[in-house]
Amino acid sequence: MNKVLMQGNKVIGEAAILAGCRFYAGYPITPQNEIPEYMSERLRQVEGGVFIQSESEIAAIHMVVGASAAGARAMTSSSSPGISLKQEGISSLAACQLPAVIVNMMRGGPGLGNISPAQGDYFQATRGGGHGDYRVIVLGPATAQELADLTMDAFDLADAYRTPVMILADGMMGQMMEPVVFKEPKPRVYPERHMMRGAGTGKHKIIRGLILDPLEMEEHNWTLERKYRVIAQQETRHELYRAEDAELILVAYGTGARIAKGAIKRLREMGIKAGLFRPITLWPFPTAELRELAKRNKDFMVFELSTGQVVEDVRLALQGYARIGFHGRPGGVVPTPAELANVIIRQYDPKQGIAEHQ
Amino acid sequence: MKKVFCRPKSMTDTVFHYCAGCGHSITHRLIAEVIDEMDIRGITIGVPPAGCAVLAYKYFNVDMIEAQHGRGPATATGIKRMLPDRVVFSYQGDGDLAAIGIAESFHAANRGENITVVFINNAVYGMTGGQMAPTSMLGQKTTTSPAGRASLLDGHPIQISEVFTLLPGTAYIERCTVNSPAAILKTKKAIRKAFEYQLDCRGFSLVEILSPCPTNWKMTPIESNRWIDEVMSKKFPLGVLKDLPAGEAKKGGKTP
Amino acid sequence: MMVKTIFAGFGGQGVLMMGFTLAHGAMSAGYHVTFLPAYGAEVRGGTANCTVAVADEEIASPIASKPDHLVVLNTPSLYTFQNRVAAGGYLFINSSIITVDSSRHDVQIVKVPSSEIAEKLGNPRTANTVMMGAFLKKTGLVAPDDYLGSLEEVMGSKKKAIIEINRRAFAAGFEFLEEST
Ligand SMILES: Cc1ncc(C[n+]2csc(CCOP(=O)(O)OP(=O)(O)O)c2C)c(N)n1
Ligand code: SF4
Repeated sequence: MNKVLMQGNKVIGEAAILAGCRFYAGYPITPQNEIPEYMSERLRQVEGGVFIQSESEIAAIHMVVGASAAGARAMTSSSSPGISLKQEGISSLAACQLPAVIVNMMRGGPGLGNISPAQGDYFQATRGGGHGDYRVIVLGPATAQELADLTMDAFDLADAYRTPVMILADGMMGQMMEPVVFKEPKPRVYPERHMMRGAGTGKHKIIRGLILDPLEMEEHNWTLERKYRVIAQQETRHELYRAEDAELILVAYGTGARIAKGAIKRLREMGIKAGLFRPITLWPFPTAELRELAKRNKDFMVFELSTGQVVEDVRLALQGYARIGFHGRPGGVVPTPAELANVIIRQYDPKQGIAEHQ
Repeated sequence: MKKVFCRPKSMTDTVFHYCAGCGHSITHRLIAEVIDEMDIRGITIGVPPAGCAVLAYKYFNVDMIEAQHGRGPATATGIKRMLPDRVVFSYQGDGDLAAIGIAESFHAANRGENITVVFINNAVYGMTGGQMAPTSMLGQKTTTSPAGRASLLDGHPIQISEVFTLLPGTAYIERCTVNSPAAILKTKKAIRKAFEYQLDCRGFSLVEILSPCPTNWKMTPIESNRWIDEVMSKKFPLGVLKDLPAGEAKKGGKTP
Repeated sequence: MMVKTIFAGFGGQGVLMMGFTLAHGAMSAGYHVTFLPAYGAEVRGGTANCTVAVADEEIASPIASKPDHLVVLNTPSLYTFQNRVAAGGYLFINSSIITVDSSRHDVQIVKVPSSEIAEKLGNPRTANTVMMGAFLKKTGLVAPDDYLGSLEEVMGSKKKAIIEINRRAFAAGFEFLEEST
């Protein structure tokens, strides 16, 4: 296919359509409005497409629950405050083992915050987000090309594990245009028996999260847990950038990783051998892969657009085997590669290693 | 010489960020004038919405507390129940009131909360860039109804004010507009009456204002004003929709 | 090579179109590109701006804290952005509208009366394309043919006549500098 120059939000929309998404419900919120706008147009053009502008994010996610149960590839999108509202429905999707794709174009701050890029929803996304003992697969794209690829993959993962998958990006990723080549989507594999289409003359189906019997409840939770363990073993993804000869490894994802790459270039010009470990799946976090690196690298520097969320996963992964430095700037201002490089120069001495974050 | 026109005291001197021809600016000023004239600046608490008026707290020189999108009447309820002698108003757009916050608005009205809601109906989502609102007209093209609003897919424009008249908790409901000097004066009177009813503990009051959004209607301010007369007010007729006499209203309204 | 440019003006001047067509042209010429428009409340009140990065390597941040070049079509944009241009960079000024002088002495100032030139050509709305002609003449970021090819592709659905007007506007901007320098 051709290379096109396309805005991130629209890339997600197009990738979803190509992946066979035929149901979208959402409520406007900046900086992701182009997703519902794009879907309102595209779902009109494809056969069987349904677009609903819902009255709220709560309604949207519950519409997705219904569409997914009916067998559709379904998606909703929002930004931070709206994602908070969706948590009830995401918890339902997880409990009922229904596939769906949820896009969060994060914005700054708790409360209404503002629309500048931020990564403050990392905890919410990677810890499940809503009530109950569950996880959501979370993908953290860093380029428009990845927005396309990972959106398509998200639908496949959701089907494969019958679980909600979240695309976690931010306003900058959503607004920015970059060249994209849409890959050929894989054919959908999702057995008819999981779909609720009316019992006909057969046995009726029940999709539920309510399980009153205590033992059954526990067993259901264990079933989910076993599934999450398989996902954690099989689905982690990460990228290494200039890490082969690196003495200092930066850890960053999404927009943060882009800034980190810029900083690495500067640092190397100044003679500091820095590289990057970029988690692509944020849950499951590529823990084993990062730990593997710690066999030869003793200095890690976490950078995020929040005040200390990713760094906790890095600590869990490294378990004291390496030194961990940290620089975080919460939503509001997007730090520059130069700023990050300066911070690192202050904190990192090639002989003594990185100043540890307390 | 006698000063006949100046900035209301209940207004700060921050410059509005609203687009030229926007109804929010006029309405803000009217509310501030009413607060001045009734001399209630010190006891008024405003609840601005998520919407183009999200920055209203910068413009009103009265206490203001931000509400999440649609939750204004709930936040206002909390304030009013704790401070029954304050004048509490929630300022909401059509998306805020009639979509995401319909539950909060409906139930606040049904409980007869003794608050005032100023409802800006501009038939679009202004803040987020012109998407379809629950009050968009049939056939109206917006960024999420590219083929025009179709009743079978998107439902009909909701006449919130009419619906709310059915609730016993509502005391006073009027629909106005701000597209001409005469209409603006009427709107001011309506806002004043709503605040007076609140001081009189009569229950829930709602002033709906058909408000131009030239930017997202893709019209000039003048065309926008005309569109309100020629199109919008046909679906949303102007006038007093409910006005309970004092005695009766007390029964429906919540007395502190 | 990594070159970042900020385009700024008021809404309706075609500022985003300038950035988009530059990014598109550079993409067609095989470069890495990013195009980042200002969005949301930032643009209420009628201003518009965007940042374009063109590079022969992966682009880290699409944001330009210190752009190599700046193109401004109205006065408020000059005030907002002039202090950010890197020393030695180009600062393009639409001198039909901006009558004040830039406070910078360490950048290369290029004044182009792009609105007047466009008006003379019969379509004031092509002032942005005139400016692109001047911009590419000076910076050489993308070959004129690559740019015009992209312009045509981007405008694809529009009438031939409009494309032709833009071609003429581009040439006028390009030649304006040839004459004046
Ligand atoms: C939970 C949540 N969802 C979405 C938004 C984004 N949002 C802000 S204002 C708005 C709608 C504004 O429309 P309206 O209420 O009609 O007011 P107007 O801007 O037209 O005055 C939306 C969807 C938000 N702030 N919070
Ligand atoms: S977008 Fe519409 S509602 Fe918002 S400030 Fe502009 S004119 Fe007013």
